[in-house]
Amino acid sequence: MPYDPENPMKDRITDIGPQHYEQFFPPVIKKNYGKWLYHEIIEPGVLMHKSETGDECYTVRVGGARLMSINLLREACEIADKHCDGYLRWTTRNCVEFMVDDKSKLQPLMDDLKERKFPGGSYKFPIGGTGAGVTNIVHTQGWVHCHTPAIDASGVVKSVMDVLFEHFGSMKLPAKCRIALACCLNMCGAVHCSDIAILGIHRKPPLIEHDLIGKICEIPLAVAACPTGAIAPAKHEDKKTVSVKSERCMFCGNCYTMCPAMPLMDAEGDGIAILVGGKISNRITAPKFSKLVIPYLPSEPPRWPTVVNTVKKILDVYASDARKYERVGEWIERISWEKFFEKTEIPFTEKSIDDYRLAYDTYRTSTQFKYTTGI
Amino acid sequence: MPLTPEELDKIAKEVAEEKGEKELKYDKLRYFTDEELKNYTDEDLKKFKIKHDISMIEELEKGPWTSFISDIKREALHRSKLPEDKMMISKEVCEDLLGQLELSYHDKETHWKHGGIVGVFGYGGGVIGRYSDVPDKFPGVAHFHTIRVNQPASKFYTTDYLRTICDLWEYRGSGLTNMHGSTGDIVFLGTTTEQLEPIFYDLTHDLTQDLGGSGSNLRTPSCCIGKARCEYAMIDTQDMCYEMTMHYQDELHRPAFPYKFKFKFSGCPNDCVAAIARSDMAYIGTWKDDIRIDQEAVKAYVGGELKRNAGDMAGRDWGPFDIKAEVIDLCPSQCMSWDGNKLTIDNKECVRCMHCINTMPRALRVGTDTGCSILFGSKAPILEGAQLSLLTIPFMYAERPYDNLKDLADKVFEWWPEEGKNRERLGELIQRQGLRVFLEKIGVRAIPQMVKEPRSNPYIFWKEEDVPGGWKRTIADYRKKHAR
Repeated sequence: MPYDPENPMKDRITDIGPQHYEQFFPPVIKKNYGKWLYHEIIEPGVLMHKSETGDECYTVRVGGARLMSINLLREACEIADKHCDGYLRWTTRNCVEFMVDDKSKLQPLMDDLKERKFPGGSYKFPIGGTGAGVTNIVHTQGWVHCHTPAIDASGVVKSVMDVLFEHFGSMKLPAKCRIALACCLNMCGAVHCSDIAILGIHRKPPLIEHDLIGKICEIPLAVAACPTGAIAPAKHEDKKTVSVKSERCMFCGNCYTMCPAMPLMDAEGDGIAILVGGKISNRITAPKFSKLVIPYLPSEPPRWPTVVNTVKKILDVYASDARKYERVGEWIERISWEKFFEKTEIPFTEKSIDDYRLAYDTYRTSTQFKYTTGI
Repeated sequence: MPLTPEELDKIAKEVAEEKGEKELKYDKLRYFTDEELKNYTDEDLKKFKIKHDISMIEELEKGPWTSFISDIKREALHRSKLPEDKMMISKEVCEDLLGQLELSYHDKETHWKHGGIVGVFGYGGGVIGRYSDVPDKFPGVAHFHTIRVNQPASKFYTTDYLRTICDLWEYRGSGLTNMHGSTGDIVFLGTTTEQLEPIFYDLTHDLTQDLGGSGSNLRTPSCCIGKARCEYAMIDTQDMCYEMTMHYQDELHRPAFPYKFKFKFSGCPNDCVAAIARSDMAYIGTWKDDIRIDQEAVKAYVGGELKRNAGDMAGRDWGPFDIKAEVIDLCPSQCMSWDGNKLTIDNKECVRCMHCINTMPRALRVGTDTGCSILFGSKAPILEGAQLSLLTIPFMYAERPYDNLKDLADKVFEWWPEEGKNRERLGELIQRQGLRVFLEKIGVRAIPQMVKEPRSNPYIFWKEEDVPGGWKRTIADYRKKHAR
């Protein structure tokens, strides 16, 4: 029976959760669940997993824009039907993985993937994203589908990945490098633990729509939303509204999230901050946050050249200066932050000095420092 | 004990029977014919122009990285050639989305309105309202809501399942998705309010597939690839993720929390699903016994027959493998030694960082007495600043039906909704009230593994019962001994 709009609750099914995952495992995965012995990356983008049963699973990883059309998904299905018995998977970083159970099936699959391009020339399924290189940039919605962004997301990512494309398809870096982008401080992309983070920021305090705020917002919630106490209840022409102490605003945008009558996006105000040195893995050193090294770069659609060049520069300096196995943050901690700024030629400003919660813990309280140009 | 393939298969069959899942066959559920799906040629695609001028964003068709603009344009062409009665929302939706995006590229500002409450009956999450603020120019995207669909654990698919999803979403929505959203859901980008109930009906009836979370509820849990294809996985991440998702369906669909809450499951401390940074309750696989060593394979690494780090640094000549410099000296707890013939690990000193295992995966394997560490409280910066998760339970076994994990989560769900302020994440509440209070609420004893270092200030909140004689004393008694 199809859906009956006259009777929407009829035969209603709820709370059933997702489909059970096991039925989607390819046979080689199903059979060898929990039996894997080791893996090898046999070339960039290609993994071989060996099971104690002797079985092998070959995986080809390809990059994807997180935004994918149904036509592209159908094309991925066509590839999976042709080469992989109708199975495929996605990674946590928006890559697609095609798996085959025999080495002889690998080359035809890879040849097929490499041939598929859009009319503009871009690869539909670029192979790579493994090991000591740059894998896919995880990111947020941006101007494509979000109401709070300071910048676009997909377009910046496309521009950066075009320039770092060589590193997606190779493994020449000292360790893996994880880049992430969030288009505002809400950080749906959780960029706060990435080797290099690209973050959309606002720089103008919120506007206040006095004639609307009382109708569409809970004023106490708008007041409470501000972490610095910059918002206070106020009156405007006898109507209840709020006032904003602009000098206390740190442009987090939480007020706008809570109250649609307080927009803060602005073409001139909005831009991009760069943070570096974060990581998730517990390997060698503990997970760590990314640190803000550039407070503002201009938003330059459609190709964001300043951001692209800056990310490339940081990556190039890291690639040539770090020791093997060192993630960006580990490299910086070894050489010191002052040397990082010197080597990357990024000007250090007072805006990189924390003045929010627990800021004092980030100030240097020793006589140990390195001389750099200028002192 | 971890699940065997046979046990897992049995569980899957039981679940399917219980839920009435049928084997999905695309041909029985499809909306479109093959002719309708292949309704354009390569030549058509090269010549295709959408109705708006999008010269700025067309710059993003150049370059090698996959172009989302080219992709949306192709979807637009496909829709322009589909029969009108085969699409329940505007056929020009992709063209109007591109048009509005071009406008944002000119204006450097978004053109999506703030919020809008829409959803399906009985659920408080899973659908996010989205409206254009320039609907007259781009009527196709005037209403353009998001639907989050709870992804199958670790994102394996059959093409039968995916193609059915594809047909549904092209028929009732924009034909655009995120594969996947940041939290892990399959994200359907853009449909109208009228289509929400039919989409939900088709998803649940045809695909036995539910929505994901949004708003102040349990967000869709997610996990790494786990034992399905990783030798490091020490817990059944998919099974835990599935079981916890099913157990907390009410919390997932009906918002009753102060703010969002995330479970994430990683099979080892490499933490591929970023549980330690992105979840309120993180389950990360670990082991208790010894790292398994194959001494012959260690020698093969030293001799250069095996490539370091599973071959993942092979793009540069890093010189011959130096086990002392690359493994022994980098070990954070300095618990390894190499005498030129034999690798020795002092396992009781090991902190299980995974470096030696990652570097020599053919020679070293994780232990066999496995379970998980449980950490709480990570989040992105809004509002009190970013936080990483706190190691609260260093080790817990994780075996079906995971009652111990559920009991622990239940205690958190009793405390945090009671004490948390509006939009206060669990980690912020722990920050505000202290780890000590949190431990008390979940009934866990303090141990040194929970801190980087003990406090350096002496300001302790002693309780009356900690002190002999309690706090009841009088100034008169005091003055008997101490003159004024």
